[in-house]
Amino acid sequence: MTVILETRGLSKSFGAVTAAANIDMTLQEGEVVGVIGSNGAGKTTFINMVTGYLRPSSGSILFRDREITGFSPRRVTRAGICRSFQVAQLFPELTTLENMLIAASMLDGSHLAVLHPLKKPSTIDKALKALDEYGIGNYADAQVATLPQGVRNLLDIAMAMLGGPALLLLDEPTSGVAIEEKFGLMDTVMNAVGRSGAASLFVEHDMEVISRYATRVIAFYEGHIIADGPTAEALGHSQVREYIIGTELHRQPAEGRDHAEN
Amino acid sequence: MRSDRTLILLVVAVVVLWGFAAFMPNWLMFLTTVALAKGLVVLGLVLLLRTGLVSFGQGLYFCLGGYVVGIAGQWWGVTDVGLVMLLAVLCALFVSCLLGLLLCRYREIFFAMLTMAFSMILYGILVKSQALGSTDGFNIASASLFGWQPEQAALGTWIYLLTVLIAGIVLLFMHLYFHSPMGFAGEAIRENEIRVEYLGVSPRQVVYLKYLIAAVVAAIGGALTALTAGHVDPEMAFWTTSGEFVFIALLGGTGHVAAPLAAAFLFELIRTYAFDLAPYTWQMILGAVLLLIIFFLPRGLWSLLPKPSAKRKNNDGHS
Repeated sequence: MTVILETRGLSKSFGAVTAAANIDMTLQEGEVVGVIGSNGAGKTTFINMVTGYLRPSSGSILFRDREITGFSPRRVTRAGICRSFQVAQLFPELTTLENMLIAASMLDGSHLAVLHPLKKPSTIDKALKALDEYGIGNYADAQVATLPQGVRNLLDIAMAMLGGPALLLLDEPTSGVAIEEKFGLMDTVMNAVGRSGAASLFVEHDMEVISRYATRVIAFYEGHIIADGPTAEALGHSQVREYIIGTELHRQPAEGRDHAEN
Repeated sequence: MRSDRTLILLVVAVVVLWGFAAFMPNWLMFLTTVALAKGLVVLGLVLLLRTGLVSFGQGLYFCLGGYVVGIAGQWWGVTDVGLVMLLAVLCALFVSCLLGLLLCRYREIFFAMLTMAFSMILYGILVKSQALGSTDGFNIASASLFGWQPEQAALGTWIYLLTVLIAGIVLLFMHLYFHSPMGFAGEAIRENEIRVEYLGVSPRQVVYLKYLIAAVVAAIGGALTALTAGHVDPEMAFWTTSGEFVFIALLGGTGHVAAPLAAAFLFELIRTYAFDLAPYTWQMILGAVLLLIIFFLPRGLWSLLPKPSAKRKNNDGHS
């Protein structure tokens, strides 16, 4: 296995608040890693730093042995890392298909073309196939603002995956989705990501989702990594049980956390 | 299929407007020329509006285009229409390349105010330039067409024919543009810049290019206006002129490439009659029209046509 992502001593502070302290982690090619931690533990800060949204206060990020610390989001994207967002970042006034077509044209660099239409049979065909892969092909002509949350999250991920990234970072892919729909959504996402061969890292609060899909878990607490290992081992870690899971492993965490983090 | 239809409609429109030249009264021909020229400026503005940006300074390039034509004729002895248009376009490109570097960093009201400020700077310079006639401006030398000098009486008709042709070409380009990846990139930026960044694209670069296109189209409009009016003055860069373009854009809406030109024609008509009706308070009539549009047709006059292309095709088929 080769290391695809590595962070060394990654830290971020906002004034007196330390959002991430000394994060050292590595990610192998094709790995599926779950990230857990309570609100404000530094999970999103970590993703934001890796994807260039936030500049780290110190430390370095290496992607395929290449230094990408301080890259802008678009350089990170071009390097081969894509992300989804906790609140799906879409073009709400356009249709699902248009969202996909725009994403495809931007990711393959043809967005500056003026003399051929965006909606060509060939590009539409490709976009519809990609939508089908995420099970949302029947929403192709719907305006994105009218879509249910789960479909939006899937579209968000489908758009990110169009570029064929080597690494996908998912910030709470199941946020805003009813409990009974979470597994279906994650199945769809993980199957598609698995087929593409990309490594993925996903933030999740639901421990059942974590134990079903992640082969490895990284636990954040107050900006530090307190556990990093195979899923069962990490979830059994004493500090993880105390600070993150509580003792009741198989119960849903309290409601309202999505609102708090949004 | 849709684009083929628009292409045919465009060609038909150009030919029909050319045919009208045979029996159009002079005043109507002049009004149509000015409306088409201004419509082109508005088309550039619509390009920016679709990207979520309002420019209150398209007068800058409108005026620049006009003055370049004037200066080329009066001072450099260049009167060939093709050449002066090219000069106007190059000049607008040069200025917009510079200003765009700054402007592409701003959005919303900041973009609007900055564009207006630049336009007012040009106004200020022109008002102080005695050689260019200060506030009075100066007259344009009669244009020649590829080495041939049409007689003075027929010049208006020639400029009209030329304007119709250029408007047709620009409309065709804009039609392709609005449906192209680059056109949609503008809507994407209006909707969500963060997403655009994460798709590996610089919103600033896209805005920059769009600003250049809008500037070039505005300069073409200004040059044609100068040629047909035979006169330029600093008023072309004054903020009320830029405001007029925004007014026309709202009047027409952003639904179709032809909307700005139709709206510009209507605007010139309303203004002509309003001026006739109420020489001292004609602006009130314009204001009332704008208010009505905003209240009842927020997407512009074009939204009155539910299925514009289908309806038109039927009409064409019968006639």
